[in-house]
Amino acid sequence: MDLLQGVFVLPFVDMADAPVFLLEVVISGLLTGIMYSLVALGFVLIFKASGVFNFAQGVMVLFAALTLVGLMEHGVPVWLALILTMAVMVALAFAIERVMLRPLVNQEGIILFMATIGLTFFLEGFGESLWGSDVKRLDVGIPVDSFEVGGVLLNSFDLWAAGIGAVMVIGLAVFFQKTPIGRALRAVADDHQAAMSVGIPLKTIWVIVWSVAGIVAMVAGIMWGSKSGVQFSLSLIALKALPVLILGGFTSVPGAIVGGLIIGVGEKIAEIYWGPLFGGAIENWFAYVLALVFLYFRPQGLFGERIIERV
Amino acid sequence: MAERNFGEVVLKVDNVSLSFGGVTALENVSFDTREHEIRAIIGPNGAGKSSMLNVINGFYHPQDGTITFKGQARKQMRTHDAAAQGIARTFQNIALFKGMTTLDNIMTGRNLKMRRNFLWQALYWGPAQREEMEHREFVEHIIDFLEIQAIRKTPVGRLPYGLQKRVELGRALAAEPDLLLLDEPMAGMNTEEKEDMSRFIIDVNDDFGTTIVLIEHDMSVVMDLSDRVAVLDYGKLLADGTPDEVRGNKAVIDAYLGAVHD
Repeated sequence: MDLLQGVFVLPFVDMADAPVFLLEVVISGLLTGIMYSLVALGFVLIFKASGVFNFAQGVMVLFAALTLVGLMEHGVPVWLALILTMAVMVALAFAIERVMLRPLVNQEGIILFMATIGLTFFLEGFGESLWGSDVKRLDVGIPVDSFEVGGVLLNSFDLWAAGIGAVMVIGLAVFFQKTPIGRALRAVADDHQAAMSVGIPLKTIWVIVWSVAGIVAMVAGIMWGSKSGVQFSLSLIALKALPVLILGGFTSVPGAIVGGLIIGVGEKIAEIYWGPLFGGAIENWFAYVLALVFLYFRPQGLFGERIIERV
Repeated sequence: MAERNFGEVVLKVDNVSLSFGGVTALENVSFDTREHEIRAIIGPNGAGKSSMLNVINGFYHPQDGTITFKGQARKQMRTHDAAAQGIARTFQNIALFKGMTTLDNIMTGRNLKMRRNFLWQALYWGPAQREEMEHREFVEHIIDFLEIQAIRKTPVGRLPYGLQKRVELGRALAAEPDLLLLDEPMAGMNTEEKEDMSRFIIDVNDDFGTTIVLIEHDMSVVMDLSDRVAVLDYGKLLADGTPDEVRGNKAVIDAYLGAVHD
């Protein structure tokens, strides 16, 4: 009886008792959610354009952040370090296309997936041998002060993160839907052979997509790195992007955003109001349970393309 | 059919052999196509017809033989070169971009006509946008020509099969090809749809002077449309000539026509 009450009644009583606190929890969840979305976006881009599930996306976040911090530690000014890191991510995209994608063209998805696992370990080791493995502080000048609006405590950093996330999403949406390159990208995502028959260069498209995913990874790396320091655990944030993708659908940019927000808010609320029942720390696994439940009802995700099986 | 005039030989395939591992798909096949001609390739299933088209547009690379297109001889075509040289095609099992609209699908056919490269498009939005409008205008003409105005904004995945075939033809036409390869353009269509498609093929050939190589199983369509017919069987060229010649060929009747009309 106590347990039922603890699960179904008391948390809601708590919420109603302190609405401002609830609002703070929701907002903080939304802001964390945006950061998840940023990571998930990188997955979606590559999956859409090349059908590859890029396991290395998380480590690309780490690699970009490490490069940026490393350059700044060597006295390179922030703006130049940003440009150089971007250049490094583009160079990485070229290298990945040449060494990994081109030889494996037309192979099964699972083989490419395995290749990206290899890439993960390579990038991890390469990044650490270049820049060292100790935790580094990243400060690109985003303000971190807190302030109150109508009794709700807000942090400027989180608002910046939200703003940057929103700009990225709108930019990508316009890029995909409105430009000729975007159209070519969608064409490649849909049918490789047909795209080749109209002369769309697959190699160029892959380089573009991996470059964009690399830059998205850099932005995610900056946000997460500024928040919690640049360290190996950054690459594990990618694992949090998995439930986001299951919710949002692997092929949908808006899905990555909405999925990220749902996971962000869901896990914060679960942690605060239901966490004590389980002795806390349910934030770490709640997202996966949510994703699992979601899979029962809508395996293609909220915005994913309908899976139609012809028999 | 009125007297038809053809130009020079535009495509010439010489002694092409293609195999996958131990399986032979094409063996010493030669044939040619003159400008403005409608050329059919027929043969039983597995005869190597689609392989032939795939060799011509560079999806498959033959082990032996040469492919001469517009006077340039090659051991093998490359897909991008083929498209850039003016070869466009459709596919047996419709290869459209299913999530995209009819308009966007046909626009992709303009890809190689875009003068500004990708980087340019990203940097100079203004000129690139003007160029986009010009291409859009061209595509609208194709849409009118194929009578698919009503489905311009419909994602092609939702269209019935016959219309999808038409959109796919539109995408190929958007490239303003000199050589159009059609892999079973009428498969799975009803009589009315077949008549429409035949009319479009004839119009494309007449109005734009496009050379056409097509694979088709419907014999009455093949005999009506084509100027010359090449017959493949087990990867070998069995016969080659006008529809009448092929119809009267004993080997063809045995291998193919006979089998169909059993």
